Amino acid sequence: MEALLYLGCTVPVRNLNYELAARLTAEKLGIKFRDVESFGCCGFPLKSLDAFETLVVAARNLAIAEREGGEICALCNACAGTLAETAHSLDSDPETKAKVNERLAMVGLRYEGPVRVRHYMRLLWEEVGLAAIRSAITRPLDGIALAPHYGCHYLKPSELTVGFDAPDVPATLAELITATGARSVDYPSLKECCGGGVLGISEEVANAMAAIKLKDVARTEAHALVLVCPFCNVMYEGQQKKIFKETGLDLKVPVVYYPQILGLALGLSPQELGFKLNRVKPSELLKIVESLK
Amino acid sequence: MSRIRLNALDPSFKHRVARQRGGEGIRACFGCKACTAACPIEAVDKRYDPRKIIRMALLGMKKQVLEGDFIWLCSSCYGCHEVCPQNVRFTEVMFAIKNLAVAEACIPPGLTAQKELLKAHGRLYEVSDFENGKREKLGLPRIVEHPEDFDRLL
Repeated sequence: MEALLYLGCTVPVRNLNYELAARLTAEKLGIKFRDVESFGCCGFPLKSLDAFETLVVAARNLAIAEREGGEICALCNACAGTLAETAHSLDSDPETKAKVNERLAMVGLRYEGPVRVRHYMRLLWEEVGLAAIRSAITRPLDGIALAPHYGCHYLKPSELTVGFDAPDVPATLAELITATGARSVDYPSLKECCGGGVLGISEEVANAMAAIKLKDVARTEAHALVLVCPFCNVMYEGQQKKIFKETGLDLKVPVVYYPQILGLALGLSPQELGFKLNRVKPSELLKIVESLK
Repeated sequence: MSRIRLNALDPSFKHRVARQRGGEGIRACFGCKACTAACPIEAVDKRYDPRKIIRMALLGMKKQVLEGDFIWLCSSCYGCHEVCPQNVRFTEVMFAIKNLAVAEACIPPGLTAQKELLKAHGRLYEVSDFENGKREKLGLPRIVEHPEDFDRLL
């Protein structure tokens, strides 16, 4: 299948390891990504200021996707959520769609819809499927334990994710981890929010939230925390050193992106998958992978 | 806490919230507090309490709500949304309340800075030759900024 790759603002500047791994794993599994130069911000950062402007900015991307004749695949939970929510709002409310189109006309765009929007994980789950992923694995990750973190907008609001996963009992990421031959580790704060949404307002509150999960995961046998969102990454990887310093704990939780893990199991090298760019090094994990060769 | 004088409050405030995009659900709240119980922010900072914010809005405590620092603490995780038996959609109600606060000029500085970035670059982070150089070295395509649309749309 083919999808328009929507990188968003953060991934292509700060999370090149995620982008590299997503592109390489998609190629290996038969998903053809097409880059669209004119995609811009998804609109999420404007929602607190003016929810209508979020619709307009999100719809700009949807209209571009419609012109390109493809569906959108996003790497960021917030982008995927905002674009999917906007498509849902416009497709179900002709009055709002007309108002948004009035604004889009200023830049020569129009959204008729529907345009489908899915997170890369959802494409893996729905288009490739667990069975095909399992049969594509050339290096099963035996002996590796991983703690999944879904992130809020991966699962919620549930009217957008119905038929894919459930916020009260999430399963897809754990199963996609298991498909690589690794073991998925459960822990008490599995479903907690990373706090990234309030980092700009109160670092203290955001850090207190991220600390809960980091402490939990540090107590498990997991070799790394597995993410699928650059916002969550800001908290768990970017803020980690500060959080552990503030709480006086001498702990370290390596943080990886799921496509990096999948890529290892598909036989790609840590270098190709951008592991050099992971700031809390998953050294133990990579040592085990090395021994699997 | 000091006594609330209803006559000093603004009873039309709840209607203003309900008229905002996403705010309509506030009418359905019957005060069960499931939202607060599910809120990860409330768990670490008691200043932010979803049910309390709803009750304040319904009572007409417009000034206290719109000028309160606490309304900006929502992480928009949709935890409250999922547990609400009345489909209040409180995450969206919070966006409606924040949008009203912005209209009354009670805006935290970081938020307007983000809008300015979008108008200037069409993205939250500027993509300079330095970033594109890094991308090229890794074999990734260049990112081209398209700020012109954003300047006109916003």
